[in-house]
Amino acid sequence: MTKFISKRLVQMVILFAIFLTILFFLLEAQPGDLSQQYIGNPDIPPEEKARLAARLGLDQPLWGRYAAYMRNFFTGNMGVALSQYPTSVSSLILAALPRTIVLFLSATVLAYYLGFVTGKVLAWRRGKATEYLLTLGGVGLYTIFYPWFALLMIWFFGFTLSGWLGFTVFPINKFIDAPEWTGSPFTTNAVFMRMILVATLALFVASVITLLARRRLELPQAIRVRNWSFLAAVIFPFVYFWISPMRKYAGDILHHTILPVGTLTLVAFAGIMLLTRSSMLETLREDYILTARAKGLSEKAIRDRHAARNALLPVVTSLVLALAFVIGGGIITETVFSWPGIGLLLFQAVLLEDIPLAMGTLSIIAVLALLGHLIADIIYVYLDPRIRYQ
Amino acid sequence: MSDRVDLEEPQVGDFQLPRAPGGGPVIQEPLWRIRLRLFRKALRRNWALFAKNKIGLVGLGIIIAFALAALAHPILMDRVWDPAIYDPVRGYDAPRTEFLVVENGTVEDPTSEIDHATARLKTTPFVKVGETISIPSQPAPPSDSHWLGTDPLGRDILSQLMYSTRAAFLLGAIAAFVTVLIATTVGSIAAYFGGWIDSLLMRFADLVLLVPLIPILIVISSLFTLTLPLLGVLIGILSGFGGTAIVLKSQALSVSVKPFIDAARVAGGSNAHIIFRHIIPNVLPLSFLYMMFTVTEAIALEATLSFLGLMNVQMSWGLMINVAHSSGYLLSGTSYWWLLIPAGMAVTLLAAAFFLAGRAMDEVVNPRLRRR
Repeated sequence: MTKFISKRLVQMVILFAIFLTILFFLLEAQPGDLSQQYIGNPDIPPEEKARLAARLGLDQPLWGRYAAYMRNFFTGNMGVALSQYPTSVSSLILAALPRTIVLFLSATVLAYYLGFVTGKVLAWRRGKATEYLLTLGGVGLYTIFYPWFALLMIWFFGFTLSGWLGFTVFPINKFIDAPEWTGSPFTTNAVFMRMILVATLALFVASVITLLARRRLELPQAIRVRNWSFLAAVIFPFVYFWISPMRKYAGDILHHTILPVGTLTLVAFAGIMLLTRSSMLETLREDYILTARAKGLSEKAIRDRHAARNALLPVVTSLVLALAFVIGGGIITETVFSWPGIGLLLFQAVLLEDIPLAMGTLSIIAVLALLGHLIADIIYVYLDPRIRYQ
Repeated sequence: MSDRVDLEEPQVGDFQLPRAPGGGPVIQEPLWRIRLRLFRKALRRNWALFAKNKIGLVGLGIIIAFALAALAHPILMDRVWDPAIYDPVRGYDAPRTEFLVVENGTVEDPTSEIDHATARLKTTPFVKVGETISIPSQPAPPSDSHWLGTDPLGRDILSQLMYSTRAAFLLGAIAAFVTVLIATTVGSIAAYFGGWIDSLLMRFADLVLLVPLIPILIVISSLFTLTLPLLGVLIGILSGFGGTAIVLKSQALSVSVKPFIDAARVAGGSNAHIIFRHIIPNVLPLSFLYMMFTVTEAIALEATLSFLGLMNVQMSWGLMINVAHSSGYLLSGTSYWWLLIPAGMAVTLLAAAFFLAGRAMDEVVNPRLRRR
């Protein structure tokens, strides 16, 4: 297992280096170079332009620039964001990273869980009206023009519903409600990091309890322990922040988080539901399902323990593809909802022609995709013993 | 003695056939006609399979409807519509609404309740009570002259919609063509040669697959001017080297171990000959399927990029939504429905149609999927 992971890690570093190389040559291939931004300004004398080019390293040969680029990137120096002058690219990215990771991760996990459960039930109810309706809705959601869908969600949940009910059901955009935060003793990211920490810890403890229960207890009891511990893990953060002084601020962030995460989840969910359904339908034709039926097992046991277990593999394989989908969708979500994450940073950098920031954010998105790929591989190895014991 | 050999029902042991000196039956029909007949027969059989899938037929119907709309647009512009009014980019028309001034500063309007009319009236203080004034309104609601109304700049929505359809088809065609060209070649070469060429190409495919298209295209849009053909080629390259190449490689792999490949090699066929005349024709049906999915992807990507305002296009569905969104009509909801709904529905419908038709084609190409 460790050998497998280390091998994948080495492969990923090589892949990432190739990606950075392509990125560098893409940057070089654009007409002109970075100093062109200042060429049009007649107030800058030629010697100052030359000094600028020397400072940006543009006077060096291509190979030297390439070496400097790679060296800088791997030492964490991604340059200065031209649009927000003395701020460095890495500090901007570091501030935005947690928000993006939470958006991507929670949408992916929620979409997978809900999609798998719904798809499973859907395949089991083949031919019923609910199956047709949900499949049709799934195809609709899967092919819907995503930015448009996000706008409709904002319009309906953020605006119209709030108008009907007379209070803000969900805010239409942004990460916080700024007036609420005036005079706040906490910074946004401090509150947000605490929220992530508490939720992750709760889920981790619940997972450990479930794992222990699986080993020690009988099956029905273990399932009961799992259900209760995860319920407690979901409730615990709410209780924690209810009694903590961060209550108001954490509530504000959560309020702003629900709609973007929900929108992204809904769209990613559709694809996973459809995939689980077709994978289940394929599994249901296998002989071992017939055997399970012949043994007189209950329908629920056949569905959950015999069919769904095996139908899970192709769904996990698709995690890599879903990851690309969630990242692409996440960037659109961040732009449409003004959610200050990596995607919005990338979009704003591109609009302001801030090349260092754009390149930095794109590289970080690639790192996120690579890490996601690694996690998908590890899950796959864990689920499929044929690979584990090779 | 018939001079036509019936290929559809070959009769074993039919000694009535004329024989060539070598012993084989003489086929007097030209080869191309036999190929055409076989092709038509295969087409008929595949169509029967395709037509079984009703959802696929719906998809095909939607594609045809959009294609007709795209074809009709230049004819309409030429014959029916006045370019000064109906041009999708430069046209302008603001239907004027008549108002009766009842007292100074307010108007009476029997049909519509336009709030900004009062504000306009304050800027023209010359009108007297009892006079009628006409106020141009844009975006105008659907009317007889503009079936889907006009946009915030007074341009006809229906004309924009039909014009953009052509652009969507053009983009889809370019992207699909480039994808198939690259993916079949890369897949076949990787499968045929194997070894380090295979692993190099496949690792490259992994890399392309890994990095999501949208951020890459966003960054490229900041470095280069992104036009429609360029975007089509870029999507084609990225999807051709990525996922599609991997799928087509596995298909090509199953072809390249067939006996006829060995036969061709023994007969002295060169590598290029075997790849282009024997492997690629057998991979093509599957690559046509991936063409459909590429079109879906290309349409959605173009709409997303022009929605973000990063494309250099004159008019497209995404741009229509961008205009409505940036002019502040998003939260107006259903009262200005013609600004957001038609364009969004067009993208969704055409992308979904290609996806559904592709799914139906999947059942024709992949015998494994038929009749669960």
